[in-house]
Formats: sequence, C-alpha cells, structure tokens
Amino acid sequence: MDLLREIASSLETGDDERAAERTRAALAAGVAPRVVLDEGLVRGMEAVGARFKAHEIFLPDVLLAAKAMIAGVEILKPLLEGEGMPSRGKVVIGTVKGDLHDIGKNLVGVLLRGAGFDVVDLGRDVPPERFVEAAEREGARVIGMSALLTTTMPAMARVVGLVRERGLGGSVRTIVGGAPVSADFAREIGADDYGYDAANAVERVAALVAR
Amino acid sequence: MRGVSERLAAGEVLLADGAIGTMLMARGLEAGACPETFAFERPEALEEIARLYTEAGADLVQANTFGASPLKLAAYGLEARTREIVLRAVECARRGAGEEALVYGSCGPCGRLLEPWGDVSPGEVRESFSTTMRVLAEAGVDAVIVETMTDVSEAAIAVRAAREAMPAVPVVATMTFDRTPRGFFTIMGTGIEEACRALEEAGAAALGSNCGQGSGAMVEIAAEFRRRTALPVAIQPNAGIPRREAGATVWPEPPAFMAARVRDLLRLGVRIVGGCCGTTPEHVRAFREAVEGGGA
Repeated sequence: MDLLREIASSLETGDDERAAERTRAALAAGVAPRVVLDEGLVRGMEAVGARFKAHEIFLPDVLLAAKAMIAGVEILKPLLEGEGMPSRGKVVIGTVKGDLHDIGKNLVGVLLRGAGFDVVDLGRDVPPERFVEAAEREGARVIGMSALLTTTMPAMARVVGLVRERGLGGSVRTIVGGAPVSADFAREIGADDYGYDAANAVERVAALVAR
Repeated sequence: MRGVSERLAAGEVLLADGAIGTMLMARGLEAGACPETFAFERPEALEEIARLYTEAGADLVQANTFGASPLKLAAYGLEARTREIVLRAVECARRGAGEEALVYGSCGPCGRLLEPWGDVSPGEVRESFSTTMRVLAEAGVDAVIVETMTDVSEAAIAVRAAREAMPAVPVVATMTFDRTPRGFFTIMGTGIEEACRALEEAGAAALGSNCGQGSGAMVEIAAEFRRRTALPVAIQPNAGIPRREAGATVWPEPPAFMAARVRDLLRLGVRIVGGCCGTTPEHVRAFREAVEGGGA
C-alpha cells in the first residue's frame, strides 16, 4: 500500500518528520502496527542498507535514515508492547578498551537495529569484562567489537578469551571489525567472525545467529 | 627563512614531515591516552621528533596539535588547557626545527559528527576551531594544515577559522578518501570534485589528501586533484594499512617503496609531499632524495 511505501521512502530521504507523520497516518488508516514496522520502517532501512553497501549513499544518509526510523518506532513502541518488539536476537556491541573511535561501531549499531536485531551499545573504551558481563546479563547471542587503533586490537583477544573461560563459547558468538582488523586477525585470536565493513558485519551477525 | 606562500608561488616543491602519532606510540603513548598531553608531560619527545624530521630533510615540521581543539580535548576533560597545549606544542616543534625548517600547526577533526546527522552544531565546531586557530596565530606558525577530514563542511569551517585568525598564514586542507566502485569518497560521502570546490571557496592555499590506504591509491587521488584544482596539491600517504605480526604493529610500506610513489606524485605536479601514519624520519629521508631528483 502507498502509505507503507511512503514510510520506507521517508527513510531513504532521511526525513524524520515525514516518517513520523506517515506512520501516524498508516495507523489512523487501520494498518496494524506490526505491518507498519515490518513493511514500512524495516523495509525502508533494508533499502538504505543495500544502497549503502553498493556505495550509492554514505554514512550521513544512513544516520539520517536511522533517525527517521527511530521517529517511527517511537510511535509504534507503545502499541507493540503487548506482543513485544520483534527481534532476531540480542547483540552487544562496543569499541574496545583504549579506543575512543565510535563512528564505525555506531554505524554497525544503526544497521543492526535496522535489520531487526536488539542492540545493546556499551559505547567506547569498553573493558573486556564489561562485554562479557553484558552478554551474560542480557542473554545476547553475539558480541561485536570494534577497534580503529592497532594498539587496541589485542583487547579483542581478551574478550574472546573471557567468553571461553566462562564457558559461554557455545551460546555467545564473537565478531570483530574496524579499519586495522582483518579476517586473519580474527582467526588468529579465535573470534567467530569478522566484518570487513558495517554492512558486511550485519550480514555476518545474521549468519552467526542462524548457525 | 622563506615562507610557505613564497616558496609555493616560486613553483617549489615543499617536503613535509612524516607521522607524529605513531612516533609518539613508539615513545610510550598508550592506547586511549591523549596524544596532546605530550606538550606538557614529555615536551622533549615532541622536540626530538621535530628535530629528527628536520634532520631527515623536511621543509615543514608539524606541531603536535592534531587534536588540540576544545571539542576534541573535552573527550579527555582537557579543553581548559587548549591554549597551553597549543603554545607548548608549537614551541617544541620550533625548537626541534631550529633555523632549518618551517613549523605548521595541525588541525584534525573535532571528533564529533555535525548536525543534522550528528549532535554538534556548526556554530559549536566553528567556536572550537577558532579557539585553536587564535592560539596557533599567537604562537606564530608558518602555515596550518587542516587534515584527515572526512566531512567537507567541517573541513571548510576549520579552513575559514584559520583564515580569520591569521589572514597572512597559508592554510593547507587535506581529506581522507576510500576507494569505492564509483571512485574516491570520504566515509561521509565527499568526492574529490566537491572537496576542491568547497575548500577553494573556504580559502585554502593548497589542498589534497592525507592518511588513507597507502601510497598507491594516493597517486590516483593526486591525479584527480590535479585535474580538479589549479591550487597546489598536497599529498601525505600512510605507510599502507597496518598489520599485526607477533603482537607488534607492522606498516607494510618501507621508505624506498614509498619514495617511488613520491616520484610518481612529483611527476603529476604535486607540490607538497610528506607522510602520515606509520611513516618515519627514514621515509622522509628517502622522500628528500626523490624531491632532489625532481621526480626522476
């Protein structure tokens, strides 16, 4: 239906006011909140993610789309509370200890949310224990770690080690990413996976929870 | 000593220095610590780095002010010490450069995303950069470089702040590009053509690229800048993308390899060359030979 397409397109143009207004209009027209979410907002975010992956659009467009998505989700939240927000699983993300760079990590968070994951963002400069404690507390299925500095990459190995030590290796998967990080490095430290960019990270997380 | 503007006007090539951040790490800068605190905690290390680059043959050595803007320093609770940090960093570079090299102030990104996609207003960013530029003016730098920028609006704000604070001091502006299937763009989506237009309009004296993915891609980036602007082009590549080997950080591009790319840059007519992350005084020494050979 047209209203749902308009909601999706308001994400692509990064127009949060229109996203909110069209979301209200769809509800007023009797569209079920879940349908507004799945076929309007999530579909719009998927389209934005696909265009970002194809380098047709850039980080600012994704951030604006996320703002528009949140504007719509805020309206739907109280209506979906009974059935709960749908989720593909919980993911704990953060920039590792010693590293204050969070643009990449934030982008992964935005795209994960857009893809239907429940994201717990621990922020930056996150000590290894906090990643693992948060994953245990939240029942997360994946820990996603970001680093921009080569000097902070070893902190990723400590998180992977802690997950093993606490016997969580079977239930909590680990994925790493960031400019200096490589697939080789991920293998070397025993992480379950590696995302070469934000869009790829989301695909890899989806594959990890499907395992 | 003849100034940057005079030498650029005379058609000379200027050799800038190499990395500071990775040199500081080699001198004990810890992950997550504020590199600018070296200005008051380890001034002798800043002076040493400037001296090493000067001895290697750099015409321009940088003051350690990349993150010395109040917005960026606020991440460490150090914004109140902006003036002290900038003045001391310039003093250190000046002592290391002596009478042999010019000193330029560095201005990197504020560390926050600008509205509408981020949470900081252009006005706040302008105020932050202006504060730093006024102190750089007071310290008497010979030039300013606005560098490692990915958002062209932020870069233009920094260039304008420098021009206002010190109208007679030349401002070099360089951005960091990634290769995409559609050409080179910053992560914020700025292409080279747009960068040229906006930075020329803001009053840059030279423009180009720094950091990035290694010297090979920089040759392609430089060629495109040369097609898009009549201003002098400045290029400062990383020594490639770092790898970790046996727990140590390894930069894959050694001096001779990069010097060959510098010769390519000179043949393209690039006028300011130097290095970014991972480059060392040995790299700059090799670049000096390339410059002396005129790219041959």
